[in-house]
Amino acid sequence: MAATSDATVDPTDGATRRDAVEWRPSRGKVGVASLIAMESFFFGTFIVAFLFYIGKDVHGPTGATALDVGPVIVWSICLLSSSATVVAAVKALARGAKAAFEFWMGATLLLGGAFVYGTAVEWRGLMLDHELFISTNLFGSTYYGLVGFHAFHVVLGLLALGMIWTLSKLGHLRAVDAEKVELVSWYWHFVDVVWIFVFTSVYLFGTGIL
Amino acid sequence: MTTLPTTPAETVADRRAEPLSARLHLWAITVDHKRLGIMYVLSGLVFFLVGGLEASAMRAQLARPGNDLVSPEVFNQLFTMHGTTMVFLVGMPVLLGMGNYLIPLMIGARDMAFPRLNAFGFWLFLFGGLLLYYSYIGAQGLYGTSAAPDVGWFAYAPLTDRTFSRGNSTDYWILGIMVSGFGSIATGANLVATILCMRCRGMTLMRMPLMAWMMLVVGVLVLTALGPLTAAQVMLLFDRNLGAHFFDPQEGGSAILWQHFFWFFGHPEVYILILPAFGFVSEIVPTFSRKVIFGYPLMVAATVGIGFISLSVWAHHMFAVGLGPVLDAFFSAMTFMIAVPTGIKIFNWIGTMWGGRIRFASPMLFATGFVAMFVIGGLTGIMLAMVPFDWQVSDSYFVVGHFHYVLFGGTIFAIFGALHYWYPKAVGRMLNETIAKWSFWLLFAGFNLTFFPMHISGLLGMPRRIYTFQPDRGLELWNLLSTAGVPLQAAGVLLIVWNLLRSHRKGAIAGNDPWDAWTLEWATTSPPPEHNFDEPPTVGSRRPLWDLKHPEDPDGRYE
Ligand SMILES: [Cu+2]
Repeated sequence: MAATSDATVDPTDGATRRDAVEWRPSRGKVGVASLIAMESFFFGTFIVAFLFYIGKDVHGPTGATALDVGPVIVWSICLLSSSATVVAAVKALARGAKAAFEFWMGATLLLGGAFVYGTAVEWRGLMLDHELFISTNLFGSTYYGLVGFHAFHVVLGLLALGMIWTLSKLGHLRAVDAEKVELVSWYWHFVDVVWIFVFTSVYLFGTGIL
Repeated sequence: MTTLPTTPAETVADRRAEPLSARLHLWAITVDHKRLGIMYVLSGLVFFLVGGLEASAMRAQLARPGNDLVSPEVFNQLFTMHGTTMVFLVGMPVLLGMGNYLIPLMIGARDMAFPRLNAFGFWLFLFGGLLLYYSYIGAQGLYGTSAAPDVGWFAYAPLTDRTFSRGNSTDYWILGIMVSGFGSIATGANLVATILCMRCRGMTLMRMPLMAWMMLVVGVLVLTALGPLTAAQVMLLFDRNLGAHFFDPQEGGSAILWQHFFWFFGHPEVYILILPAFGFVSEIVPTFSRKVIFGYPLMVAATVGIGFISLSVWAHHMFAVGLGPVLDAFFSAMTFMIAVPTGIKIFNWIGTMWGGRIRFASPMLFATGFVAMFVIGGLTGIMLAMVPFDWQVSDSYFVVGHFHYVLFGGTIFAIFGALHYWYPKAVGRMLNETIAKWSFWLLFAGFNLTFFPMHISGLLGMPRRIYTFQPDRGLELWNLLSTAGVPLQAAGVLLIVWNLLRSHRKGAIAGNDPWDAWTLEWATTSPPPEHNFDEPPTVGSRRPLWDLKHPEDPDGRYE
């Protein structure tokens, strides 16, 4: 009965199949998808806390009085467009175009960096002009908790993308690594999608615009 | 059809020849799923003994009314550490560890999908557990107050507020659980990736052993449940250490929100703890009934159904809060609904035993004990799903009795059954069957003696988490009976430990397939070589070893 490893008898029809390798999903993709699923629930919890506490503060400042949506829209456009540049980078790597890859990856890093800078500027204004800290009130706790964890994930993503960019500059990145880079780009897309939810909660619902 | 490797047995003597330090070093640096699985189970068993000691101290305190064996403060620490230990440092690691050991073997893989992540997860769990227990030494901090965490295993706000919980004990609770939680998340993702991506040729999803299906759903539940727990713990950490107000009612924060967050994790957690047990039983019952599992596709559907429904029943832990009739009715109805797929499983196990040639070897004893005890726990669970009944007995010993029938009579019995079933595979030697039977019956008698009277004392009004009780309320007898069961259980557990230790050297040689079983892990040697199978196996049915032993009548045609 022991068939050899490259020819097996299919018990359903008795036919001999030669090395019919069955399809299995890529473990890297499943692993990153699992991480993203877990992180979605993590962020979902912070978003629920933010939405639940809108209007429950016993004193200000609140989102309606302290947040300025205008600049945030600019920084958001930076972050969201970096999803497009990272796609361009992955495609360039897959076809072996090293220079194009480094250009688009560099653009992604700059756009992501601009977003983090925007967050820093906003926080500086909130702390100096509005005296809003994490311990000030519920809005401070939920705002810094949610936006802070998002910014933290952006920084993690930038570190990962930055390492890839550096590896490419040092000549250690080849076209066969495209799937790994694509997996990091999945994470980057995830961070962008989370921002859409954070923006809607904090800057639209939290300010009273919606 | 089924191809099986022939592996030269790795001689035990070879390994014993190396010096102890070299062997320990191998364990410390290993990324092998089998070694990691064994380390998970062993550390889980050590924590089980510690958690059992804590429980014994509580039962000794409650043996008679007005006892003063331990102070109220120490009692609070005992029930907090007992619950936290049993859930996070015994249930999760032992079950995930057994999944770790068995899943790659069962699906014919070389290892888990991410071996190094696997090792990382184990060490996070172990050091998270040690961090929690370090609180006994370190948590006095600057304040000189409470040593170990004393806020209960679900750490309700505002008890956990700085105002009410001075010192650092609650921070140790948060950080210890969070660190070991990261380990569980890593293992959950690893299980999902392993089961989806690493199956050998011919191992379609619907040919996997049922345990692999259960572990797949457990992996998904770990990913969905531990994210919210981690987020809520981070908020609590911010409250306590950065002055945030997430759960601070004085600043408009909500103590109820913590309950929602915690139980959104807490109820799926119950299924994380019971689904692997279902998996063990679904492997043991067919082998010892000499029949295929009854209703395989229905078992798969029930498992996936439980996974989904378990995400929307959490507020049945919060009926006493006063959520209002709409929410109460919704969560009550969902809780009744989850009893349906669970009941299907019970009937399928009974259907598998029905008309079978049952062999009551020790694994089967524990498995049938599991089915009986779990049914009792499930039925009291349905009672508790009725909102008015829950209002009456919430936070009483009735609830304590209920969940111990589920998690001890259920999960722990199934774990012991699994230990007796797969020990020969992992060690290469059989456990002593006489000792095993003594330990089962001692444990079974002691368990029922301790936990059945709790239903009655709970109905009579004995509140849980209370360090003493008044005489003349009719509670003395039931509490005394509960305490009287402890020595029997302790004897049963110690016999199991002794059996595990002595059989390691003295047990009869097991051979590859001592139970005449049908799943892939029995095809390789006992213990399996580091690479599991010399050649990647190929399977043609759900019972590859049946096909191999009965080439004239392979299973594939009937599936
Ligand atoms: Cu529940």
